[in-house]
Amino acid sequence: MRYAYFLGCITPLRYPGIEAATKIVLKELGVEVIELNGASCCPAPGVFGSFDLWNWLILAARNLDLAEDLDAKIVVTCNGCYGSLQEAHHLLEDVVRREAVNEVLAKIGRRYEGRTEVKHVTEVLLEDVGAEELKKRVKKPLKGLKVAVHYGCHFLKPSKIRGHGSPEAPTYLDELVELTGAESIDYLDKLMCCGAGGGVRAGRLDVALDFTLEKVRNIKRAGGDVIVTPCAFCHFQFDTGQRELMSKGLLDKPVPVAFITQLIGLAMGFSPDEMGLNDNFIPPKYLEKIS
Amino acid sequence: MSAVSRQVVVLQASWEFADEVIKRGSRIFPEEELKTLYACIQCGTCVGDCPSGRRTAWRIRHIIRKTQLGMREAVLSDETLWNCTTCYTCQERCPRGVATTDVIRIIRNIAFEEGYALERHLAVARNFAKIGHAIPITDEVKEKRKRLGLLPVPPTTLSYPKALSEVQKIIEIDGFLKKIQR
Repeated sequence: MRYAYFLGCITPLRYPGIEAATKIVLKELGVEVIELNGASCCPAPGVFGSFDLWNWLILAARNLDLAEDLDAKIVVTCNGCYGSLQEAHHLLEDVVRREAVNEVLAKIGRRYEGRTEVKHVTEVLLEDVGAEELKKRVKKPLKGLKVAVHYGCHFLKPSKIRGHGSPEAPTYLDELVELTGAESIDYLDKLMCCGAGGGVRAGRLDVALDFTLEKVRNIKRAGGDVIVTPCAFCHFQFDTGQRELMSKGLLDKPVPVAFITQLIGLAMGFSPDEMGLNDNFIPPKYLEKIS
Repeated sequence: MSAVSRQVVVLQASWEFADEVIKRGSRIFPEEELKTLYACIQCGTCVGDCPSGRRTAWRIRHIIRKTQLGMREAVLSDETLWNCTTCYTCQERCPRGVATTDVIRIIRNIAFEEGYALERHLAVARNFAKIGHAIPITDEVKEKRKRLGLLPVPPTTLSYPKALSEVQKIIEIDGFLKKIQR
């Protein structure tokens, strides 16, 4: 199990706690993680994909090629990076398309052969490490914690290339969360978008925040203690976004946010500081419930 | 006279724009998937499922229909075009299998290069052209990274000038740089 960690933008540049927690947790579980030196933005599927898809595909191919050079698979901690790199990898299985991309890559001395694989960190956890092993590693079960899972759109869709089962009634992440001893709750419109994707956060912040507010209200109504996501960009939208909603007077009490590896690390016995949980804007109040 | 104009607009319907969208997109996506654009029957499943349509005037169904009718300028200049979060709900649920989200991204690509890009989007693109990331690094983040036992600057294009120059060369060769230098 050897993975090159594709960092993307939000993880290293806004929420490095996600990066630290992911490295610590994977190392502890025996997964070898190496750096993907020289990687750029994936580029973001909804933003750069909306600007120029041809450019998006070439730049994604460059990132894939960096991993191919290392003979490693890629692991990601953001649904955006996952969306771009996994989709680009899929599209570049077409030899004609790959050769057209390689004509451009040749100008920077690169060539992508389609030999890497793109895995979301949750796939590494559930499929490489496995549920049984994860369960054994839980030292501090998060009993009594009500977790509102937010899948994020690009984790599940387009479903024909993602392959995490039904995009309408998924259980993939709920099962992973419940291995920690926490309870994954149901809430209204659980699968709705956080609002940040597609360049909406950058271009139309008020629209993006209105999505977020609706989700947070639904989560609060269902009694969620913490929002858990597998996506750095959704994490950013929920944590930074709720702070923005509060400063606009649109939200009174926020719900804290944790990335999936931060939650798992906590259950494995790592401290909230090691997991970077205190680096979020919204304080991790739910810790009182499990200490 | 009624407040609502009942003047009939005579429209010469044409597949020209739909053909253009499909042709352009086929460089990226399988052409047969994009040809689903012809199959929309205006059932409205997409709009009914759209989380952006709940709160904004964005109507994906209108865009698809106008594209089928050849209303190129009306589609490209539609400001709501940028309200889609690309959540794929409509694409997943479309009973006719229309690749709606992919079509929207292709239409946005055309709008982007024809001068309809939002200023804030251009800023993101220019930041990428400068450092290889969509967002800049801050001193506060460098401190946080150090405290977490990470390198203050991540080992990405931010740390490797040669890698950054590769990225910059690509966007110069493939024409993207020109599109964002307006």
